[in-house]
Amino acid sequence: MMEILSLLGTGFGVVFQPTNLFLVLLGTTLGTLFGALPGLGPINGVAILLPICYTMGLPVDSSLIMLAGIYYGAEFGGRISSILLNVPGDAGAVFTCLDGYPMAQKGFAGPALAISGIASFIGGSISIVGLTFFAPMLASIAIHFGPSEYFVLMVFAFATISALMGSNPIKSLVGVVIGLLIGVVGVDATTGVLRFTFGEAELYDGFEFLIVIVGFFAVSEVMLMLEHHSSEDFEMPKVTRVYVTMKEIMYCKWTMLRSSIIGFIVGVLPGTGASIASAVSYTIAQKISDKEGTFGKGDIRGVAAPESANNACAGGAMIPMLTLGVPGSGTTAVLLGALMLYNVNPGPMLFVEQPLLVWGLIASMYVGNIMLLVINLPLVKIFTKILQVPYWLLVPCVTVLAFVGVYSVNFSTFALLLSIILGVLGYFLRKLHFSMATVILGFVLGKIMEDNLRRGFAISGGEIGIFFQGTINAVLWGMTLFILFVPMIAKIISKKYALGK
Amino acid sequence: MSKSFRLVTSLAAIVALSSALNAFEVSKPVCLAPAKPGGGFDLTCRLASNSFSASKTIAKPMTVNFMPGGVGAVAYNHVIGQRSNDAEMIVAASTGSALNIAQGKFGANYTVDSVKWVAAVGADYGAVIVRADAKWNTLSEMIVDLKANPKGFALGSGGSIGSQDWMKAAIIAKLAGINPKDMKYVAFEGGGEALTALLGNHIQIYPGDIAEFSGQLSSGKYKVLAILSDERLPGQMANIPTAKEQGYDAVWRIWRGFYVGPKVTDEQYNYWVDKFKKLSQTEEFAKERELRGLYPFTLVGKEYQTFMQEEEKKFKALAQEAGLIQ
Repeated sequence: MMEILSLLGTGFGVVFQPTNLFLVLLGTTLGTLFGALPGLGPINGVAILLPICYTMGLPVDSSLIMLAGIYYGAEFGGRISSILLNVPGDAGAVFTCLDGYPMAQKGFAGPALAISGIASFIGGSISIVGLTFFAPMLASIAIHFGPSEYFVLMVFAFATISALMGSNPIKSLVGVVIGLLIGVVGVDATTGVLRFTFGEAELYDGFEFLIVIVGFFAVSEVMLMLEHHSSEDFEMPKVTRVYVTMKEIMYCKWTMLRSSIIGFIVGVLPGTGASIASAVSYTIAQKISDKEGTFGKGDIRGVAAPESANNACAGGAMIPMLTLGVPGSGTTAVLLGALMLYNVNPGPMLFVEQPLLVWGLIASMYVGNIMLLVINLPLVKIFTKILQVPYWLLVPCVTVLAFVGVYSVNFSTFALLLSIILGVLGYFLRKLHFSMATVILGFVLGKIMEDNLRRGFAISGGEIGIFFQGTINAVLWGMTLFILFVPMIAKIISKKYALGK
Repeated sequence: MSKSFRLVTSLAAIVALSSALNAFEVSKPVCLAPAKPGGGFDLTCRLASNSFSASKTIAKPMTVNFMPGGVGAVAYNHVIGQRSNDAEMIVAASTGSALNIAQGKFGANYTVDSVKWVAAVGADYGAVIVRADAKWNTLSEMIVDLKANPKGFALGSGGSIGSQDWMKAAIIAKLAGINPKDMKYVAFEGGGEALTALLGNHIQIYPGDIAEFSGQLSSGKYKVLAILSDERLPGQMANIPTAKEQGYDAVWRIWRGFYVGPKVTDEQYNYWVDKFKKLSQTEEFAKERELRGLYPFTLVGKEYQTFMQEEEKKFKALAQEAGLIQ
C-alpha cells in the first residue's frame, strides 16, 4: 500500500514536468474533439497521433501520456454528439443516444451534457483508483478467462441485450442477425477459409468496425437528411444551462457507482471495450431502475449509466495491457503498438523494469481526468459550437472527417466504398425502424462469441462440457439465467400476489 | 599537370562512371507496409527506412505507406495489377507471405515469380514455449507425452489453420507422429492472446516466435523448450537449446524482406539490390536490425529470388501434406 503510494508519487513527478503537463492537456482536448466528432473515435485519434509523436521524437513516456489522454478524453467527448445529434461519437457512446437525445429534444441538452460529464468523471476516477490498486490482482482474475469463459460471457451479454429488444422483438432479432452476417465476412479465424469474400482481397479481413459504424451512422444520417427539405426538423437542440443540481446528481449516484464498477470490470477483460461496457451497464441500469418505463425516453440515469461505464472501461482496459501485454480494448491494442514502436515490451516485468513509465502514465490519468472535467463542463459549449453549425453543413463535414478516419486506418478507397454501401443499407434499415444498436452489437459480439465457441471446441475435442466447467462459467451461467428469468418470475409472483389479494 | 587537377579529373571520372552505372536514382522512395501501422510489416519498413537514412545509403528519406488487407494479399494484387513498374516502391514481406502465395491465397494465378524479390533483411525463429510449471523440461519429454496422449494437450497460436503460426504447431505435431489434421490446435488472434491462454492453462503448448517472445523471457512465467533455428542464437537466447541439438529436425525461420513490382526494369532492380548490398554491410543497419529484435539473415538479389522459389516449393509440399490444398 505504502509502496504503491510512493510509486504513484514518483509518477506525479514525471507528470508535473511542464512538457508532460502540456501533453496531458493537449491529449485530453484532442481526445474530447475526436470523441465528439462522429466516426472519429479513440482508435482513430491514437492511430493518427501515434506516428506524429514518434516522428516528433517525443520520449516514450510523454507519447504514452498524450496518447492515453486521447483515449480517455474521447470517452468523455463521445457523449456530446450522442446527446445533441443522436449520432454516437464513438462506439462507447452508442447507448448514450438512447436517453441523451430524447433529453435534448425536450430542451434538457445542458443537463444531459452536465450529468454525463460528471458521470464520465466519476467513472474515470473510480477506474484510475482501481487501476492503481488492483492492477496485479485483477490481471490474475482475467487470466482464468479462457475461450469457454469468453463464450459464456457473450451468452450473458446477449441475454442482457435481449432486454433491449423492447417494442418489436422480431425487428431487433433481424437486426442482430444482420450484424452477425456482416461479422462473418472475411478469413475464418480458425480454419483460414475465406467466407463471403467473392475473391476480393480487400474483403479478406472482413468489415472493419470503423467502416461499419461510419456507414450505418454517418452516411445513413446524410441520406436521411437529404430526404427532408425543411431544415427546421434537424436543428440542433439548444444548450441552455450546462449544470445539474446536487439533487439530480444524488438521484444518479447508485447508477453511476454501479456502472463505473461494471465498466471497470468489462474493461479489464481482454478484448471487451467501451461498447460492451456501456451496453451491459445500460441494460442493467434499466432492469434495476426503470420502474416507470422512462428509460429510452430521456431518463437522466440512462445517460449517466453508459457514460460512467465507458470511462471506467478505459482505465480498466489499461490493466491487461500494462501487466500482461494483452490489450483490454481496441484502442489499447494501438497503445500496445505504440509501446512496441518504442521497443518497450509490455508484460509482467514492465512494472519492475519501467516504473517511471507505468506510474507516470497512471499519475497522468489522475491529472487528465480533472482537466477533462473542466474541459467538458464549463467549456463544453466550445465543443457544442463545433457541432452547432447548421446541420446541412455539419453532417457533410462530419462525413468527410469520418471518411478521413476510415481512410487513415484502412488506407484504401475500397473501404470508403464499403462504408457507403453499408450507409445505404443502414438508411433502409432506419427507414424501416430497425434499431441500429442491435445491428452493431450483433456485429461486435457475434465474432467474439463464434471465435471462442470454436476455440472452446478445439480445446475440448468437440465436447460441449467445457462450456459448463469451472467456477467462472458457473457464475456466468447463473447471471445469465438470473437476467433472463428474474423479470418473468417477478411477473408471475406479482400476479399471484395480486390474485391472492 | 598539377596534383589537384589530377585529383579533380579522377574524381570527375569516378562520378561520371558511377552515375553512368547507376543512372537510376530514386527521387521519392517509398516502403509499402501491407498492413496497418504498428505490426511486423511496419517494423520491416521502418528498418529499411531508418537504416537507409542513418547510414546515408540513400540520400532521400524513405516514407512508409500502409495498405492493409489479407496479410499482404491486397498489396500483392495491387503491386502486380496497378503498380507493376513503380521502381520507387519496395514492399515488405515475410515468411507468411510466401506461405500464402504457396497456398494460392494471394490469387490463384500468382506465384513468387509474379514479383521481383530484392532482399531479405533479418529473421526471427520459431520456439516451443510452455508454462514455467509444466512437467516437461526438454523437448523430447514433451514429444513423448504428446505421442502417448495426442488428445491430451492443446497447441495454440496466433493464426488460423494454414498460417505460419499453425505451421509451427504442425511441425511439432509431426515430431510426435501426429497428423496435423488430427492435432488439437486453437487459433487465437495474435501471439499475445495465445500467451495469455497458455498462462491460464487453456492451452498447454505455444509454438511462438522467439524474438517476439523475448520480452517475456525474464518474467519467470514460461519456459522455452527449444528454438527452431539451425544453430543457437546469440545473446540472452544462448542458453536455450535448438530442436536440432535435441535430436529433432525442426527448423522454422520467419524472415523479413522486400519485393518490387514485376515490370521494374533490370537496371532499377539492380539499383535496389545494390543499395541493400551496401546497406547490409553498415553498422547502422546491424544496430537498427537488433533494435527491432531481428537476427541476421541477409539474402540479396538473385539469391533471394531462388530462395523464394524454394520456400514456395517447400510450403506447397507442407500444405499438401496437411490437406490444405490439393
